[in-house]
Amino acid sequence: MTEEIIIAGFGGQGVLSMGKILAYSGVMQGQEVTWFPSYGPEMRGGTANVSVILSDSRISSPILHEFDTAIILNQQSMNKFEKAVKPGGVLLYDPHGIVHPPTRTDINIYKIEGTKIAADMGNVKTFNMVVLGAYLKAKPVVKMESIRKGLEKSLPERHHKLIPLNLQAIEAGVDHLEVVQKV
Amino acid sequence: MGELRLMKGNEVIAEAAIRCGCDGYFGYPITPQSEVMETLMAREPWDETGMVVLQAESEVASINMVYGAAGSGKKVMTSSSSPGISLMAEGISYIAGAELPCVIVNVQRGGPGLGTIQPSQADYFQSTKGGGHGDYKLIVLAPASVQEMNDFVELAFQLAFKYRNPAMILSDGAIGQMMEKVELSDFQPRLTAEEIKARYGSWATTGKTADRDYNIVTSLEMDSAKMEHNNLRFQEKYRTMEEEEVRYEMIECDDADYVLVAFGSSARICQKSVDIARAKGLKVGLLRPITLFPFPKKSIAELAKRVKGFLTVEMNAGQMIEDVQLAVGCSGNNVPVKHFGRMGGIIPTPGEVAEALEQKLIGG
Repeated sequence: MTEEIIIAGFGGQGVLSMGKILAYSGVMQGQEVTWFPSYGPEMRGGTANVSVILSDSRISSPILHEFDTAIILNQQSMNKFEKAVKPGGVLLYDPHGIVHPPTRTDINIYKIEGTKIAADMGNVKTFNMVVLGAYLKAKPVVKMESIRKGLEKSLPERHHKLIPLNLQAIEAGVDHLEVVQKV
Repeated sequence: MGELRLMKGNEVIAEAAIRCGCDGYFGYPITPQSEVMETLMAREPWDETGMVVLQAESEVASINMVYGAAGSGKKVMTSSSSPGISLMAEGISYIAGAELPCVIVNVQRGGPGLGTIQPSQADYFQSTKGGGHGDYKLIVLAPASVQEMNDFVELAFQLAFKYRNPAMILSDGAIGQMMEKVELSDFQPRLTAEEIKARYGSWATTGKTADRDYNIVTSLEMDSAKMEHNNLRFQEKYRTMEEEEVRYEMIECDDADYVLVAFGSSARICQKSVDIARAKGLKVGLLRPITLFPFPKKSIAELAKRVKGFLTVEMNAGQMIEDVQLAVGCSGNNVPVKHFGRMGGIIPTPGEVAEALEQKLIGG
């Protein structure tokens, strides 16, 4: 099994840390992983993206031109990465701030109201975990147990008290995934 | 099995330095390698192993601190990115001329000049052909994964001490910034003053004893005849490296008609390009030089006798291609050697490389 994912959105949305938690979860269940960030003068409000690869075998290129899954969290990223999803692949997006929804007919499209759900839960910072939950519902590439361990590994000890809140956000994402289009 | 972690390449350089018993790191921050010193400072190894970590006032100062500490037989290193390495060039030449061991890490970014902070491999010439003045060579290792960022720190020190020559780890912003699963090396203690004296007392400034002459660490020699003699000795050392230290990896080359030649992150990209080409029924392989000096010219010459052509893939305008052309020229079978590259911080995609292979080599 190899899963090649791009997570793209605004800096400050937790794009890179979502990727890191996913990658650490892969390590926890014995997979090979790479986490390749866009780096540069990005800052809060600018664009940020990370590609994550989870695989049962040695990973060749950490740099990709097409993806099994694109998790898209703003319009700029939709414009850039909708076309980079492999035919039959998955596009998951949060409709908040999306003016032009995806139009491709040869991919599976899912929606998660991550911004709204996180706000309703009372902590907008859990947004990325809601989206992660929705992704795992659409594509259960890592076990929930590995995610819990991944959170423990990637969060500094002083933030471990926040793990239950994060797991709750992931559960909310799992529960609220909407199917837009199945191919 | 060592400890498994998910880490950035730059963080791993720092952790590997602590674990291999490095005595000192002297550096100056520059993107995309600043996490090396950042990690060292956060780890505070001075409490754990006694390792010195110092942020110098400039790259020039840091390489000269390395020069001084290396002269005392200590295991010392620095790291920087392309413009910073240019600033260090004078010091590196002095260290090579004084025949001292040290490790220099270059996490390359796009140039020339201040350029960009995105990944590049445009310092191939600088690293393998000199960089500073005079006839000297660095041992140059090109890691292609975060795991190799761990493994090559100790390897670079071993080679540096074996040949009393500076060794460079030539990485780039992609390997430095990405995270992969890494098995960290076990801890080795730093050498004691007595151990350093016993091993390196013949050349290092460990304190003069009654039974030997002064050890003078210098690259200066005013007598031309002696200076030529020094140069001849250096050249002999470089020939020995070429005989004994060549490292490379061949992937699917056994039945290959066409071979990609790429190092570092480009080699990772090319592995996928090989898969894409093979899926189309094209017999394509990959040769990945691990040591850029000494360069695997014999293996390339051997391949040239049975393949139809080579494509070098580099994040530059075509630098390593010259070494591949020389090697192919030596084989007596003049098959075409082409180059595909992106510059200025753009990373080629596996699909782009596969396309270039068909257009430039197979179709051409």
